[in-house]
Amino acid sequence: MDIGTFFIQLLNSVQYGLLLFLVASGLTLIFGIMGIINLAHGSFYMVGAYMAFSLTSLTGNLATAIALGVILSVALGILLEWALFARLYRRDHLQQVLLTYGLVLVFEELRSIIVGNDVHGVAIPAVFSGSIQLSDTLSYPVYRLFISAVCLALAAGLYLLIKKTRLGMVIRAGSANREMVQSLGFNIKLVYRLVFALGVALAAFAGMIAAPVSSVYPGMGTQVLIVCFVVVVIGGIGSVSGAMVAAMLIGLTDTFGKVMFPQWAGAGIYILMAAILLWRPEGLFRRI
Amino acid sequence: MNRQIVLPLAAVAVLALVPWAGSPFYTELVTKVMILAIFTMSLDLLVGCTGLISFGHAAFFGLGAYAYALLAPKEEAASLWLTLAAAIGLSASAAAVIGALVLRTRGIYFIMATLAFAQMFYFVFHDTDFGGGSDGITVNLRPQASIGMWSGIDLGNSVQFFYAILTLLGATFAFLRKLLASPLGYALKGIKVNEHRMRSLGYPVFGYKLASFTIAGTLAGLAGYLSGVQSGFANPELLSWQQSGNVLVMLILGGSGTLYGAIGGAFAFSLLEEAYSAISVHWQLMLGLTIIALVLVLPGGLGGWVARLVMAPAEEHADDD
Repeated sequence: MDIGTFFIQLLNSVQYGLLLFLVASGLTLIFGIMGIINLAHGSFYMVGAYMAFSLTSLTGNLATAIALGVILSVALGILLEWALFARLYRRDHLQQVLLTYGLVLVFEELRSIIVGNDVHGVAIPAVFSGSIQLSDTLSYPVYRLFISAVCLALAAGLYLLIKKTRLGMVIRAGSANREMVQSLGFNIKLVYRLVFALGVALAAFAGMIAAPVSSVYPGMGTQVLIVCFVVVVIGGIGSVSGAMVAAMLIGLTDTFGKVMFPQWAGAGIYILMAAILLWRPEGLFRRI
Repeated sequence: MNRQIVLPLAAVAVLALVPWAGSPFYTELVTKVMILAIFTMSLDLLVGCTGLISFGHAAFFGLGAYAYALLAPKEEAASLWLTLAAAIGLSASAAAVIGALVLRTRGIYFIMATLAFAQMFYFVFHDTDFGGGSDGITVNLRPQASIGMWSGIDLGNSVQFFYAILTLLGATFAFLRKLLASPLGYALKGIKVNEHRMRSLGYPVFGYKLASFTIAGTLAGLAGYLSGVQSGFANPELLSWQQSGNVLVMLILGGSGTLYGAIGGAFAFSLLEEAYSAISVHWQLMLGLTIIALVLVLPGGLGGWVARLVMAPAEEHADDD
């Protein structure tokens, strides 16, 4: 592999890893803080992508579509938490798995009814549609760099939120001991609602921003879901920094795996997860 | 009379009537569901009785089917005894090896570790050619069950095949009931309730968990073998995480921990699928809404409710002195 191809694959890994991080951070927060296994998390990613498609067709502008989409996904998150997930806190994991499995079916079918089952593309906004010349023969799309930049900015924002704000402190405390936080007088229900809405919005945003490069197709939710669970488990449940490290590892393994060992590429990330779990049975990091 | 004997016998009697009551379509359908019920019961041993939630159980199911498909000769019927033994041997060994590795983890990490190994198997069968790749393998003839001079039953006849599967379902149920009533079964229940206490009592917890995992995997391989025999093919989707998810959903729907729940869940899920798909092309929406409603209304699943009818009198007086 020459240095040019290597560099391009490296950029691809980073971009893929950062997108995964956005989706997985929501999942790890929801699981770590609220203790809920949410199989429907991949569906939020899919909903985001399909929203990007439909809203762009409506408004003609991806940026407006994304802005609208984020507002809609926060609203969706608040509604879902209030109607369904608030009842799951006291239930055991099996009940959560079953209910969220039903939710996945509902989302998939609603999407099928509203938008149909076709594969769609979303146009890259004109301002980002160019490429950067890396060498005589190789160039890299500007939009992919833009995705990585935006994801990094969001990751930094998330880090600041969790480590440097009061809300972040409450979130971290809630993840360690929910009842104690409640008895200290914090409105833990509101915190949960916000965290859930944040998780939904992050996943949907990732779907929206990735839509131009990964296209919009029916199976995208379940595909990203399974990889996100791998990220969360490798990183350690509840740990956002763990999710970042794990997402990068997965991005590298998956991208370079496909290039270097095409026949084993599919199993690559699972071999990685198995190896890490056998070395560190509780993931790389433990808490936020 | 003892409820614990009457209810299963009554269920078997009702099921035995199916080939006479309905069309061949229903005979085949109920056969398929009975095979799924065996699969779900095998998972119940792990999930409901030992407290180990596996998201990779389909790996052993798929291995059983592939063992059959790979060993079946192209032009003639395979030998039932040979292929069955191979399928059981293969899934038992795989379960023992995977279990030894995966049982080092706990809780959600265990769930994901089982998924990881199942996905590895999936990709091996999907991406390489030795198992026919993503198309899988088709087998044209049902195996023949002859021993020496005796010609055995004709597995190609759907009615005879139905009764063979019904017998196996009953045998699996009886075997698991006996297992759960044995010292091993009680140890597993203890592990499910409080693993640390069991360890401090001196039980070799890892060994017991591994035993449970291996037996569950072997029975899943049996179910997979039967599925391969009935459908005549094996493809990678049998090992997919969606298949693992489906059987877990069937188990939770029916209620874990009581073997009735496993059987009931398999039947309920499959029959709901059939009924809804006859009503609308968007049947998954109805199924999803039904599942959500069931979780909110019936926390113990359907089988938990049935089990309370059957088992409660026996267990209520268990502590009376």
